[in-house]
Amino acid sequence: MSVYLLRRLIQAALVMLAMSVIVFVGVYAIGDPVEILISPDADQAEKARAIAALGLDKPLWEQYLSFLSNALRGDLGRSFVFNEPALQLIGQRAPATLELAFGATILAILVGLPLGLYAGLRPNGAGAKAIMAGSILGFSLPTFWVGLMLIMVFAVQLGWLPSTGRGETAEFLGMRWSFLTWDGLRHMAMPALNLALFKISLVIRLTRAGVRETMLMDYVKFARAKGLSPQRVIGVHVFKNILIPVVTVVGLELGSTIAFSVVTESVFAWPGMGKLIIDSINVLDRPVIVAYLMSIVLMFIVINLVVDLLYSVLDPRVRLESKG
Amino acid sequence: MKKLLLGATVALGTLAGGAAWAQTLTMAVGAPVTSLDPHYHQLSPNNAVSDMIFDKLVNTDGQSRMIPGLATEWRVVGPTVWEFKLRPDVRFHNGSAFTAEDVAFTIARLPNVPNSPASYAVYSRPITRVEVVDPLTVRFHTAQPYPLLPLDMTNVRILDKETHERAATEDFNAVRAAVGTGPYRAVSYRNGDRIEFARNDAYWGPKPAYERVNYRMITNDASRTAALLAGDVDFIDQVPTTDLSKLRNDPRVALSETVGLRLIFLGLDHLRAANENSPFITDNDGKPLGRNPLRDVRVRRALSMAVDRQAIVERLMEGAATPAGQFLPPGVTGHVPDVQPTRYDPEGARRLLAEAGYPNGFRMQLNGPNDRYINDGRIIQAIGQTWTRIGVRTAVEGQTWSVFVGRAARSELSAHLIGWGSNPDGSHPLRNILATVNAEKGWGASNRGRYSNPEVDRLLEASLTELDEEKRQKLVLDAERIAAEDVAVIPIHIQTNIWAMRRGLRHDARNDELSRGQDVRPAGP
Repeated sequence: MSVYLLRRLIQAALVMLAMSVIVFVGVYAIGDPVEILISPDADQAEKARAIAALGLDKPLWEQYLSFLSNALRGDLGRSFVFNEPALQLIGQRAPATLELAFGATILAILVGLPLGLYAGLRPNGAGAKAIMAGSILGFSLPTFWVGLMLIMVFAVQLGWLPSTGRGETAEFLGMRWSFLTWDGLRHMAMPALNLALFKISLVIRLTRAGVRETMLMDYVKFARAKGLSPQRVIGVHVFKNILIPVVTVVGLELGSTIAFSVVTESVFAWPGMGKLIIDSINVLDRPVIVAYLMSIVLMFIVINLVVDLLYSVLDPRVRLESKG
Repeated sequence: MKKLLLGATVALGTLAGGAAWAQTLTMAVGAPVTSLDPHYHQLSPNNAVSDMIFDKLVNTDGQSRMIPGLATEWRVVGPTVWEFKLRPDVRFHNGSAFTAEDVAFTIARLPNVPNSPASYAVYSRPITRVEVVDPLTVRFHTAQPYPLLPLDMTNVRILDKETHERAATEDFNAVRAAVGTGPYRAVSYRNGDRIEFARNDAYWGPKPAYERVNYRMITNDASRTAALLAGDVDFIDQVPTTDLSKLRNDPRVALSETVGLRLIFLGLDHLRAANENSPFITDNDGKPLGRNPLRDVRVRRALSMAVDRQAIVERLMEGAATPAGQFLPPGVTGHVPDVQPTRYDPEGARRLLAEAGYPNGFRMQLNGPNDRYINDGRIIQAIGQTWTRIGVRTAVEGQTWSVFVGRAARSELSAHLIGWGSNPDGSHPLRNILATVNAEKGWGASNRGRYSNPEVDRLLEASLTELDEEKRQKLVLDAERIAAEDVAVIPIHIQTNIWAMRRGLRHDARNDELSRGQDVRPAGP
């Protein structure tokens, strides 16, 4: 087990290293942050000063080496734009994104699992067909359009929910969270639903496919023949066996929601990390891009690890040590 | 008696009602503020917020005319000395008094803000020494006569020596150091999300209408409009042109607008000599041309005549722009009255091209950003089409700003669309865009087409040390006129700045694009 964990950690470090090189070279290839940040009033002397202030006057390899040596001490640099440590900036924005991503994932499970189960158990009923048709819409409608439609209907036309922003926040663990206040929850409802739509559809389809497959298995037939109640057959024997693909996909989806909820965040003016990263890319704020992508790599590796650990809980046949 | 009582009740009622709804103003702006430090990042959204918290020696009105700020008057007292008389009895938000020492401290801080990506040092560089004559008199000594000093001071927000001596940018962002003399105090700042302000009741100037201002950043255009329509915010800036006609007809919404100071223009390749190839120009078969047609003024004029400014303004911009023939709009000092926007004349353009030796035209690529200026990607497409009609077969390439601006800065392009947000003085575009590139003088820093005209340079040089305002303006306008006749760049239009608010509010539109809380108030009778 510990060997396994150690190996995963080394993998993580290597991937993060590769990521930092890619970002350095990528930003260098795209252009010059100073050209974007500088004011139109600036003359050549001011431009030279800004380039030196941001450390961009040194050759790229030198910039990278000094970044590496600082990174080993836990300092991923300061944002060119905000002059604040990049990690601190990301940390300030993280709660907003995390609560949105978890909200969406919880919605996906709470809504998707029961609907998928229903559709799988009565595949030919009208209800199941409606659910499946709805899930196709959930897959195919573009997020930014759905987001704007939600705003137009629920905020502009009906006036039930606030259109944008995070609303009131409450402090918890030293960070600000919206889900702890009623006003915050009202603000969260639409963006979370918007993010969840795709995931709900995904969970519905996975669950339905799993249920249909499992219902035909010998052990289900045997359980029924043994005279177990339908609730026990479905709730324990079927349910447990369809969870593995669902857990995998939900886990990975959670990661990509946290990392790339850019569209939803900008439509709903939700001040999370997605907005930070897209703004940073637009102005080539390299320290933030590097720090962000490295954190995301780390997060994906941790999520994969947790998913693997969950497998071994859900399915006793999976043993982590035996994995190559 | 009864009538009188009734009148009093009504008056009281209106007053109370007014007070109840007029407490908080929620504004939503389209561009994020990056810092509360007024000297950290020279950027319009930051300047707008700084204008709420801090004051300048010289303020500007909505049309960028200079008006007294923390200085009540200023004058030249020697060839290289400006004297500013300061406003008495002004206090910072924390009670500290404003004196000449604070001005000296502020000027000294400008070039010394660590890690600033775009500092305000350009405004302190001409100043060699700040002399504190008495607590309410300050003198600026310059190396040369410097007529633009008061104009420079409209960009410098004054800090307090006692409060800010050791304050870093982080302290401003944490609000504790965001202490100025301005009409509003900063209450909280959440990066990328919102800033909360409370009125400074001890303000020396006109008292703002709203006690609290909630300043939100909503970068998505459609969401910003929706937030206004949903009633979540009272006021938005950067109204997207696609929503304009809808909002104009919406009874819940009022608009405020003014012609801005941002010119959208085409820069042309003047870097390659007349007998060299320009990077994106070939003959009609795609072979090198062996010469740079853009060095011929007839070609440049023909290209300018082949831009249908009226159509661009009416159809692409929904009327939210004015066709332009020069950098500045009518009504500001740097506008040359006798230079008109070039008329759309494809026939004349074709004749000029033939005269210049290109009866069959040539091929060219027009570059531009597609996410920077209003409708930029569509404007270059429209121009590409009308150019192709006169025989200049134009390929159009729109790119994201971060990629485009680097290429433009390296002068890699033949023709490119770009914008310039000016201050109202003609010396500003002259010095930065039209003057020959000269790092030592700090000229031509944004002259990406590398235009160079000795006559323009000479007039600019003379104007920069001319203290007689009338003579200086003549030099500046002459230089602008020469550059316009020489088609140094091809001006397209000047954007109109538009704000939208719920009906019942009034806003003093500003041509410098700044969205500030003190400019909004309930519409009076």
